[in-house]
Amino acid sequence: MSAIRTLLARPWIWSYIGALIVWLAAITFTGGYGAGGMITAALSLAVFMVIVGIGQMFVITLGPGNVDLSLPANIGLASAVAMKVMGGSNSMIAVGLIAALASGMAVGAFNYLLIRALRIPPIIATLSSSFIVLSIDIAYGRGLQIKPPPAFADFTNIQFFGVPILAIGGAIFAFLAGIALQRMIYGRSVLAIGQNMRAAWLAGIPVERIRFFTYTLSGALGGINGALLAGYFRGASVDIGNEYLLSSIAVVVIGGTSVAGGKANVPGIWGAALFLVLLLTMLNTFGVSAGVRLLLTGLIIVGVITAAGGQKALR
Amino acid sequence: MSEGSPVIVKLDGVERHFGAVRALDGVDLVVGAGECVGLVGHNGAGKSTLMHILAGTGTPDRGTIAIGGTLETAYSVARAQKLGIRCVFQELSLCPNLTVTENTRISHAALKGPGWRQRSTALIRAKLDEIFPGHGIDPSDVVGDLAIGQRQMVEVARAFTVTDEPLRLVILDEPTSSLDAHTAGQLLAFIGRARQQGISTILISHVLGEILSTCDRVVVMRDGRVVASDTASSFDRDRLVGTMGGARHRDGDTATRARTRGQTPVKVRARPRNQQGSAELVAHAGEIIGLAGLAGHGQTRLLLDIYGASTHRRPGVEIDDPVALVAGDRQTDGIFPLWSIAQNIGIRSLAGLKRGWLLSAEREQALARAWQAKIGIRTPDLDNNILSLSGGNQQKVLFARALGSDARIILMDDPMRGVDIGTKLEVYDLIRAEAGKGRTFLWYTTEMDELSHCDHVYVFRNGRIVADLAHSELTEEKVIQSSFEEAGDRARERAS
Repeated sequence: MSAIRTLLARPWIWSYIGALIVWLAAITFTGGYGAGGMITAALSLAVFMVIVGIGQMFVITLGPGNVDLSLPANIGLASAVAMKVMGGSNSMIAVGLIAALASGMAVGAFNYLLIRALRIPPIIATLSSSFIVLSIDIAYGRGLQIKPPPAFADFTNIQFFGVPILAIGGAIFAFLAGIALQRMIYGRSVLAIGQNMRAAWLAGIPVERIRFFTYTLSGALGGINGALLAGYFRGASVDIGNEYLLSSIAVVVIGGTSVAGGKANVPGIWGAALFLVLLLTMLNTFGVSAGVRLLLTGLIIVGVITAAGGQKALR
Repeated sequence: MSEGSPVIVKLDGVERHFGAVRALDGVDLVVGAGECVGLVGHNGAGKSTLMHILAGTGTPDRGTIAIGGTLETAYSVARAQKLGIRCVFQELSLCPNLTVTENTRISHAALKGPGWRQRSTALIRAKLDEIFPGHGIDPSDVVGDLAIGQRQMVEVARAFTVTDEPLRLVILDEPTSSLDAHTAGQLLAFIGRARQQGISTILISHVLGEILSTCDRVVVMRDGRVVASDTASSFDRDRLVGTMGGARHRDGDTATRARTRGQTPVKVRARPRNQQGSAELVAHAGEIIGLAGLAGHGQTRLLLDIYGASTHRRPGVEIDDPVALVAGDRQTDGIFPLWSIAQNIGIRSLAGLKRGWLLSAEREQALARAWQAKIGIRTPDLDNNILSLSGGNQQKVLFARALGSDARIILMDDPMRGVDIGTKLEVYDLIRAEAGKGRTFLWYTTEMDELSHCDHVYVFRNGRIVADLAHSELTEEKVIQSSFEEAGDRARERAS
């Protein structure tokens, strides 16, 4: 009994409960048909949200105003870079992944440079850098769809007993991110900066180094995500990352991370990502039109954030 | 209380609980018109809680509030305001992004319509001039740009401004803790004048001298109860301290040690940014160096420059050891409000808390426990949130954070602000013990008493060092003289 109570006291549990409810609603509608397939599909798609969501989580945790809005453009560019470098050849997969990572890190570092050197608020800096990155992507990719090497495309689609290999990798990654957040100096520093940047500086934390690292990390994760997406969807494109603008922020907030900074939650990101994907699946099975689907998604996100934010208003 | 004067406030059997903690345990309090009541007690005695109830920001769990003879059933902030009860709390409540004028408008709904800005400006300027002549604050200044002492002056002046609502009682919670001796004196003199106009005041202060010299009556609280209430003239310092249950002030033990400078290596050498001449601050290993002078005259600035030099080279500052800083402004410079006490202590020592790659919760606990025992942080559980502690205990956490770290140079930015005398004496002992072990302390303080703990004192004025006093030549008179004097310091600067 007390075990259940401590479980319910954890903020991330609610995102999993939400995911479960949405899934149950969907399979009730289909009469149980496709229950397993839905989970497999949800895991495959959720993992992409998780990867960028974790980067976004570290950025948001840095405190009020910190957010990375350049993720969609970053993902788009990295997907093109990865596919071009790989050039459809299996032997170039590793090089292509490194190139995507480097592209993402460059975008992240550039974001930080704008924020730090020009003292632009992060929300403006990352948004404007996303326009620059987008333009580079359009010029570089020329709108061509380049196919991934077959081995890479196959790899991103491997499943063990219905569990995609990417989801397993994503779970391991999330676990490590959780350790980094709670048990490593880096995570502690991020949490401290998010609560009070000045006090963090006065407590001996290298504030600017940590911020630089965090924006670069977010960029790097965007880059990796771009390469994986291009493999999974069998081709890079400029708008491949578009949906991750909203969803990277939504999974962070629904997952129990404080928008005000200083308080973060990794397990909740997985729950929130599953919730968002299953929500779309459910609305699809209900046969709702695209417009209504967007409307409902938006309303549900607002509802969840309001409900989750309620308890924090006390302080 | 003078005979026959009408009663403004009457509290009966007020109780307030926070979980298992009884912050107030049946308090009776009476304040008459034109009376100045001093309220003293240790941190955590319940003074602030009681004042929150009086201001309407907290509600009692039991007991009654009567204002002007009428029993108040739905007492609130708005009601208190209407009845003319104002509050100047310890944690400053001005909006830092607004100007002084705009902040004045916030508490006066009557300042509306065209021209409110002029009227608000005139109102606050007149009051500032009245209480703090020569204050140097322009009502169009943004509050965030003001020094903490000036903010406190605005806060106090604002509480005494009157538009359409009456003004009957002003509660001043540690109003002088961030003021220097000069402005504190101005405020205390003003309280005396306000009394003649029939305005009552409740003065909370840890400076017992000002309570005894300013107030008509003194109320002593301990553990959520009123333990004594008597005319101020019937108390003296010793009786007050004794009633509070605090340690007695030990005179003499600081004066006994005399040390010659320069036997230990120099650890800090720093020149204020706009210093003229050759004067600089020098600290040898194991010394306690005082930074004195009026509040906001460049002491904090120099401490921050020294602190900054630990990561980025800075011209004019040389340091030879790791540095830690004990903040005086706890809320903005010190505390991580979402964290536990143990986490707040450990943050400066993260590298030492690692076991392998990861931070060890046991090591963090061990560090926190060691310092809890050493410095006496009063809490049942170090995993409790930092905000569950009273202000004085939060300050001890900041001391534990700095002293528990690997830093050999400890900078202290007026850290005893709003800390009770018992805590202070404990911390003084600790500082002396740590200095004995070779740690170097740079201590900015506005309190004369604390300077007597220092081996060497530098007096600041207008961002410069204007006097340089060894322990043996330190007197209050000299410090005050060099804080104000204009002509003499030039010669002294050249001589040094």
